[in-house]
This record gives sequence, C-alpha cells and structure tokens, in this order.
Amino acid sequence: MLLAQDGIATGAIYALVALGIVLVFLVTRVIFVPFGDLVAYASLSLAALEENRRPGLIWLVLLLAGLAFLTEALTLLRAGHARLLPRAVLLYLLLPALPCAVAYVITPMDVPDLLRIVVTLALVLPTAPLLYRIAFRPIADAPVLVLLIVAVVVHFAMTGIALLCFGPEGARPRPLTGAIFEIGDIIVSGQTLLMLGAAVAASIGLLVFFARTLTGRALRATAINRVGARIVGIRPGEAGTTAFLLAALLAGLSGLLIGPVTTLVYDSGFVIGLKSFVGAIIGGLVSYPGAALGAVAIGLLESFTAFYDSAFKEVVVFAGLVPVLIIRSLLQGQAVEDAEEEL
Amino acid sequence: MSALLEARDVHVAYGRVEAVRGVSLSLPAGQIVTVIGPNGAGKTTLLAALAGLLPSRGQVIYDGRDLAGTDVEDRVEAGLCLVPESRELFADMSVEDNLLLGGWRMRRDKAAIASGFAEVYERFPRLAERRRQLAGTLSGGERQMLALGRALMGKPRLLMLDEPSLGLAPLIVREIFHTIADLRGTGVSILLVEQNARAALESADYGYVLETGEITLSGPADELLHDPRVAATYLGGHT
Repeated sequence: MLLAQDGIATGAIYALVALGIVLVFLVTRVIFVPFGDLVAYASLSLAALEENRRPGLIWLVLLLAGLAFLTEALTLLRAGHARLLPRAVLLYLLLPALPCAVAYVITPMDVPDLLRIVVTLALVLPTAPLLYRIAFRPIADAPVLVLLIVAVVVHFAMTGIALLCFGPEGARPRPLTGAIFEIGDIIVSGQTLLMLGAAVAASIGLLVFFARTLTGRALRATAINRVGARIVGIRPGEAGTTAFLLAALLAGLSGLLIGPVTTLVYDSGFVIGLKSFVGAIIGGLVSYPGAALGAVAIGLLESFTAFYDSAFKEVVVFAGLVPVLIIRSLLQGQAVEDAEEEL
Repeated sequence: MSALLEARDVHVAYGRVEAVRGVSLSLPAGQIVTVIGPNGAGKTTLLAALAGLLPSRGQVIYDGRDLAGTDVEDRVEAGLCLVPESRELFADMSVEDNLLLGGWRMRRDKAAIASGFAEVYERFPRLAERRRQLAGTLSGGERQMLALGRALMGKPRLLMLDEPSLGLAPLIVREIFHTIADLRGTGVSILLVEQNARAALESADYGYVLETGEITLSGPADELLHDPRVAATYLGGHT
C-alpha cells in the first residue's frame, strides 16, 4: 500500500512532465529532450532562494534571452523588418529579464515562501520558449528526426551550462506543506496529496484549455494541420511559443513538487524526462489522458521494483518499454499505414 | 476602377523548374476574375504564391501595397484569404470549431464572429445541422462548404478559390457557383481558379487562360466564352 502510494505520487510528477512532452510534440513535432532538465532547474532554484543564494537559473535565462534576441534580430534585419526590433527587445530581452531582476533583488531578503515559489516559476517559464526560438523555430519544417537530434544536442549543451550555473551539488527545497493525514490505517503526507492534486488539476486545466478557449483551439488546429492553420492566419511559430510556455509551466510545477521528495542535481532532470517520455510513449505520444495514465503506470512500476531491488529500478522501467512498443506496433500497424497512404 | 490585386511578371519555381513564368494579371475591386487552364498549367502554384505559401519573383500589389516580404499570415490579416484545392480543414475538430478558427483574423471582435456564424449558417444550412460533427467525417461537398465558410468567417476582402468544384456532384457544383456569384453581390472580390471553364466563365467578369505557366489568352468572360479557341479546348467544342 505504501509502495502504491509512493508510486502514484511519483507517477503524478511523471504525468505532469509527460503532458508537457505530448503538448510540445503535438504542436511543434519536437520531442523536447531537455524538458526534464527544467524540472531540476525549478527545484534547484527554489532550494537556492530558500538558502538566500542567487539561483544559477538567473544567468541561464539571461544567456538564453541574449541568444534568442540575437537570433530574432538577425532574422528581422535579414528580412528587412528593422521597425519590429523594439518589439523583439521587449519580448526577448525585457520580459525574460524581469523575473531575473526580481529573483536577484529578493535573494538576500527574508520574503514569504509563496513569493519565492512564484519567482521560481517565473524564472523557469521563459527558458522553454527561448530555447524554442533559438534552436527549433529556424528549422520548424525539418523532419521529426532532425528536430529530435537537435533536441538531444540542446539537452547536452544545457547540461554543460547548468553545471556552470548551479554547480555540482544537489539541493532539496523545504516541503511545501508538512501536513500529514491519516485515513484509516493509511498515512498520507500533504506533499503527496499536493502532487496528485497538481497532476489532476493540470490535466483538467489542459482539457478545458484545449476544448474551450480560442488559443487552445488554435494550438490544436496547428497540431492537426499546419497549412490549414496558416491560411486562417494562425502563426505556427506563435502557437509553438505558447506550447513551450505551457510546457515550461508544467515542468516548473513538477520541479517544485518533486524537489522536497528527491534530491536533484543539475543533470538529474534527464532521467525524469526520459521516464515521463516512456509514459508518454505508452500513451502513444498523441493522447493526453494516455500519457498521464502511462506515466502513473511507470511511477508504480518503478516504486515496486525499487522495493524488491533498487539496482534494477531503471532497468525494469526501460525494459518495460520493449513489450509496450511491440504491442502498440502490432495494434497500430494498420492504422499507421493508412495514415501514411492518406499523406 | 483601381485594381485590388495586381500581379506583375510573377515567376514561381520548384527548384530549377519554373511552374509559373511571368504571369501578370489584375483584379478590379468587387469583381470575379477567373484563371482557367488544363491540368498542370500552374494554376494552383500561382494561387499559392499569391497567398504567400510559396516564394515567388515579381511584384504582387494588394490594395496599393507591395506584398514583398509579407508571409501568409500577414496577407490573411489584410483580408486576402485562400481556399486551397486540398481544403486543409482541421479534420479532428468540429465544424463549429473550424469556423471559429476561420474567424481568427476577427478574434478581437466578438460581434463580427457572431455575425460570421449567422451568415455562414444561413448560407450553408447543412453546416448548421452538422455543427457538432468532426470535419473529417463530412462528405466532399460539405467539406467544400466548410472550407468556404471557414474563409468567410475571416470577412475577406479578396477570396482566392482553388478548384472549388473539384470532385463534387453537379448539383453541389451549381450551389457553390451560386454562392460565389452571391458573394460578389456582398462586395467580396474573388479570384477563381477552375478547370470547369464554362461554369467559371459564366460567373466571372474577366478571364485569363493559363497554359504551361504562361497567360496565353485573356479578356472579358463572355468574350472568352465565345472565343473559338477557348471553346475548342475548354468548353468541349460546342458553345
């Protein structure tokens, strides 16, 4: 029972990350490998702020903002749209710099925890859209494989930069709540409930966003038919930015939630991302509920194998992918071929 | 009368192959202009280039503004809307959502969206019946209606229609052409690309004949309709 509880809590985190991975993939066809890294950055930054140290994420965001601005400025100048430069300054320099400035100022101060959490989220938010602008938008029409390779490259580059910014030490922020609930014989920590709640809330939130809001529908439309979206005036680039922004929010949330449970270091996000990706694959990489369920299954599997022999926990999780992929390809082989014929 | 759209010496190439070679045409505001021609003449390519989907050389002037360096979305924003031959609907979304997104250009104007819905549903009652249905499950004729309706939601000033009658039953073709003539009455200018030359010329004010990437003939639509060369090649020999 304890194992199941632990597994579901971890699974909830994987589910949040998996939702982000599916979201980004559907809208931009990018398998965003560095996604897990953002989870670790969120956790490390919050821990740093709590210890009144300046989080390395400030420098990372500023660096990305500078690069993204240069990319944008060069594109604009080459296309002869110099008059749009002030807008680029605002979007790519000032806006990302804002949370950096706030974080810089409040570091030595004794501020409420809630403010620290909000600032951490605000710091994580710009990273994904900026990475998108630098690395993926210039090659938005490239094949999925090329996008994947670029994503892997971005991940390794980010790992190196993260080591510079955060240093090699791990950190663990304080739990968001110390509350403990007893339901019958079962003891549930408030943190676990928060994780579950966040996963459920994020899933429902996304569902409502995609079904009810115009922006959500525009994102779906871009995912379904890029040309169709363009001829009604929806810019795939902007849709992509929105998708990455939402994904960053999910990553930030999961980082805040998982941080107090597991000590993370600068590069431990990768494994979280990878396991969430496995969860998303189980869901077929195109379905949000599928991805969330797959991620929870991964969390459970991991928790139970870790109990029997922790050395095997990763082995079993990734080995579990093989039969899933075989079954999926057997079930879906027909459908995929049909889809290709239509193209 | 001033031209709403003017193309001067437009070239479009796929790699080294030029599909459109030096086409010039002019579309006066409020009129229907048609481009007819055989398969592979470059009609679709020409429209895609005018819409900004394909890069082209030459000059395209829309509403007195040179469109060089603007992309598809800029042109849609200016009211220049394309209904492509492939329709490009959002198959996994409902008819209503497709229409709503067609009104993207008007998204900040709630009243325009509402009146757009009313207008489209009045024009195509079939779409109103199927508003909750997924676009991918519609029949060919309904898809064309939806593609047209989606474009109309953006309140276009210039509508570019690529083969709106392609693959449709004669009855529905009549309905579509009736709609096109009707739209002209509401002040929308239309650039119509068609293989169904007779129907196109009957509803248009002016026509161009495009063959292997070049304009070979042009003139007022009813003159073309009675031109022996057009009649022999495109109208089945009897006028």
